Amino acid sequence: MKALLMYPDRDFDFQQTLPWNEQNLTQDLDLLTLLNAMAGGDEFVLEVVRKVLLLSVPTVEVVLHRQAILRDCLRNSSLIRDLYKIATDAVEAEKRDWWRTSSHYASSMLYGSNKLLTVLVDVLRKLRNIAEQHGAEVSSTGFGKLFTMFREEFNEPYLGEIEKHLAVLRFEGGVLISSALGGINEGVDYALRQSRDPKKRWFERLLNKPSGYTLLVDPRDETGGRIVSEMRAKGICRVAIVLAEAADHVANFFAMLKSELAFYVGCLNLYDALTTKGLPICFPTVAQAGQRRLSSTGLYDVCLALRLDSGLVPNSTNADGKDLVVITGANQGGKTTFLRSIGVAQLMMQCGAFVGAEAFRAELCSALVTHFKREEDATMQSGKLDEELSRMSDIINHIGPNSLLLLNESFAATNDREGSEIARQIVNALLEGRAKICYVTHLHQFAQELFDKQIQDVLFLRPQRDDDGRRTFVIREGRPLHTSFGSDLYESVFGTDIFHRA
Amino acid sequence: MAFNSILYRERPPSGVELIEQPDFFRDLNLDQIVEAVLADWKEYGLKCFFYSPLHDLEDVTYRQEVMQDFGSPLVMQAIMSFTGQMRRMRSHLKDGRKLYYKRFVDRSFLGAVSIYCSAIRELSVELAGVTITSCGLKAFREYLNEYVNSSSFSTLTNETEQLRSELSAIRYCMLIGDGGITVRHYGGETDYSCTVEAIFDKFRGGAAAEHRVRLPNTERANHIEAGVLDRVALLFPEVFRTLGEFCISKSAFVDKTVERFDREIHFYISYLKHLQPFAQAGLTFCLPTVSKTKRVDVRCAYDLALAGKLLTEKRQVVPNDLRLNDEERVFVVTGPNQGGKTTFARMFGQLHYLASLGCPVPASEARLILFDQMFTHFERREATVDLRGKLQDDLVRVHQTLEGATADSIIILNEIFASTTVHDALFLSKQILQLVTERDAVGVCVTFLDELSTLNDKMVSVVSNVDPEDPTIRTYKLERRPADGLAYAIAIAEKRRVTYRDIRERLGV
Repeated sequence: MKALLMYPDRDFDFQQTLPWNEQNLTQDLDLLTLLNAMAGGDEFVLEVVRKVLLLSVPTVEVVLHRQAILRDCLRNSSLIRDLYKIATDAVEAEKRDWWRTSSHYASSMLYGSNKLLTVLVDVLRKLRNIAEQHGAEVSSTGFGKLFTMFREEFNEPYLGEIEKHLAVLRFEGGVLISSALGGINEGVDYALRQSRDPKKRWFERLLNKPSGYTLLVDPRDETGGRIVSEMRAKGICRVAIVLAEAADHVANFFAMLKSELAFYVGCLNLYDALTTKGLPICFPTVAQAGQRRLSSTGLYDVCLALRLDSGLVPNSTNADGKDLVVITGANQGGKTTFLRSIGVAQLMMQCGAFVGAEAFRAELCSALVTHFKREEDATMQSGKLDEELSRMSDIINHIGPNSLLLLNESFAATNDREGSEIARQIVNALLEGRAKICYVTHLHQFAQELFDKQIQDVLFLRPQRDDDGRRTFVIREGRPLHTSFGSDLYESVFGTDIFHRA
Repeated sequence: MAFNSILYRERPPSGVELIEQPDFFRDLNLDQIVEAVLADWKEYGLKCFFYSPLHDLEDVTYRQEVMQDFGSPLVMQAIMSFTGQMRRMRSHLKDGRKLYYKRFVDRSFLGAVSIYCSAIRELSVELAGVTITSCGLKAFREYLNEYVNSSSFSTLTNETEQLRSELSAIRYCMLIGDGGITVRHYGGETDYSCTVEAIFDKFRGGAAAEHRVRLPNTERANHIEAGVLDRVALLFPEVFRTLGEFCISKSAFVDKTVERFDREIHFYISYLKHLQPFAQAGLTFCLPTVSKTKRVDVRCAYDLALAGKLLTEKRQVVPNDLRLNDEERVFVVTGPNQGGKTTFARMFGQLHYLASLGCPVPASEARLILFDQMFTHFERREATVDLRGKLQDDLVRVHQTLEGATADSIIILNEIFASTTVHDALFLSKQILQLVTERDAVGVCVTFLDELSTLNDKMVSVVSNVDPEDPTIRTYKLERRPADGLAYAIAIAEKRRVTYRDIRERLGV
């Protein structure tokens, strides 16, 4: 019994450890803003979307599977939220009887599992009813299969049969056990037997059947009472285990259903947040890893969009066929935002969600890695360049072919010549290792040399200025320029009169 | 040939059970060996047999033959399996008696009888299928066959199995309610656990945690089980009456001769099992050629007690050869301390003693003497204020030894008179060895007095060795060669750093 809303053929493994660089990713791409928007105040959803977003290294098939389900969700949001509510209630019911799973005593295991199953069977009935009523409203394979399972596996005759046995398994008429004699004539080979006439109470049968002999246990005989209950436990041990496993199984199903639905609920929340702001979303076109696809129309940084009320500048780029994108140009020109928008879109695409753009197409990457300039070295244990290079060294430990590296002013902690040399060596080596790199850099020598080589696989981008020199925050294709735009930034902050004063 | 004992050709000598540990056991570390041999087999009370050396060559042969038969793994396996079942039978009986409620005790008794019967039958079958050459085991096999075919044994077997099958065929039902248990006949009701498993099959498997029910290990023979059993007996009165009668009529079901065999055979088992780890470590054992002529010729011998210790510490065991030719009688052992001299003396004693028990000895080949008495005199290292008193005690003890010794005796002297002056020691030792020579007894004398090795033609000089490359390293190899005392002196000098080079260095020359 599986929900299969995340993968076509298996459960999502929520126990996986997050990628080694999850903290860097979260910080560099400002993911908390995104995650909080998706959570919409639900802690559980927050935890789920965090994992799904950070653990996403799926295949094209999985992305399409999730995209189809998400399309269903966007069309039937209240239905999906209802399902999530039902699954949540079922999980809560299981938590109330937490002691059930920790008990090693057959009778409490049986009692607790029976009680839980009685509740969960009713929930299954509810889900089946939903599936029967709304089956036609979904078109994805994922929901189609799930609803079919509800209808077919949990038909009324089967659920009724289960409820009948759950009633019998309360053993209100006593427990009937058959036995043989063991090595010292003690009872062995206990087997639970089904009374022929379960309606009659054991003492009634006792009155009617003189062929048996009854051993009465004095209520004050505590040892005797304990032994009798142990004998009873031996008899019901097998059914107790069956019920405990069944209860676990159903409870696990609901837990999984809840978790997997939580992801889509998160997407719904984000969708609501973005559409309220009038921002476009699109389902990205996903390409196999290694195809070197990266193109967008109206791509924006979702996290920034969630923070800003206005003034968002979307970008359109075509870096198809490129291994390396070098972004140079003026400070405060939107380079970092651009880099983030690519990272966030990549992550969202890979986990099966929509992205913040009018159109987006990219290949899957085997790992997403950020190497952003840190403002300060908090630990003060190593020099800045040392710290940067040590982080790069960590990265090298963890990446393989078709990883996507987002470098933001890396190796700027030294002068232009040294930094350029380091950058040249590292970038070249990474490219030979089949990595894909987007690199925001001020290292002019590095960028210039690269540009002079006229390599096909490299795209150079630069923030544009309008005709009177103001920054537009729009990133366009453009060769690296020698002068940065620090002087006009300075000017806008300090005002021109500073020169007069001097 | 009527069978009595697997340890003696005739009945065991009277009083053998009362024999105590011989005096020389501690000196030769034989106490450690016997302790280790019997560690796992205490229940059989076998110490007395290890305290009783044999003095008759045929008696030794009787045991050596059995030891030889045990060389076949099939024989060992057959016997071990039998004795294992006998042990199980006894513990079954012992535990059964503690069960308190008669119907439990009775059933347990029946179980013990059943184990006994099948143990006997299996052993008889197994022994028929293996090659046996020893007189002892052949006679036992014959005895066993007669016993198995006796009418008393087949009656015992038949009644036991009949009762067992009737009891195991019993099925009953218990209806456990709040106030008690109703016991009644089983009426073919279906197994409800299977039904439930089938119904919930859809919900099984997957990643669900495995559930375990903790079933407490309650004493099986409790009053509730007994109460239920009493009611089962009411349902099946016939079987339980027969069981009660069986237990009275068959109370002494174990054959006395088989019982004795089961005990005595552990003399062989315990010893051979003790040797196993040594053999696995590549050390050899052999059945010695034993005679009353005074020839000793042993290859690759070692101290069994010391080897046990070295083995647990994963250290090397150094074997030694020893040989006494025609007129030679006494090994005079000299050389560096800690070089294996005392070990050599102990080894000599152990080899002869173990051979006199009819046991394999720790060596690859061995010709040994069947002695009449063994005497040891090891220097006791206790601090004595009164040196004269101690010397006198030593002399008294040596005197007693020599009084009792005959030409067939073995005498082992280890560093006697070491605490007196060299002059006295030399004088006294010479006198003693002269007396030993006159007795024509065989022995070992460990001493620091080189002169003793050339006392007369009956002396054989053996020297403990040091590594030629580094004299501070002992090789633990002892060689037949004239005592020189040289290596010893140099080793001590180096150890004390008083060699030529050392002294120059220390004086800063």
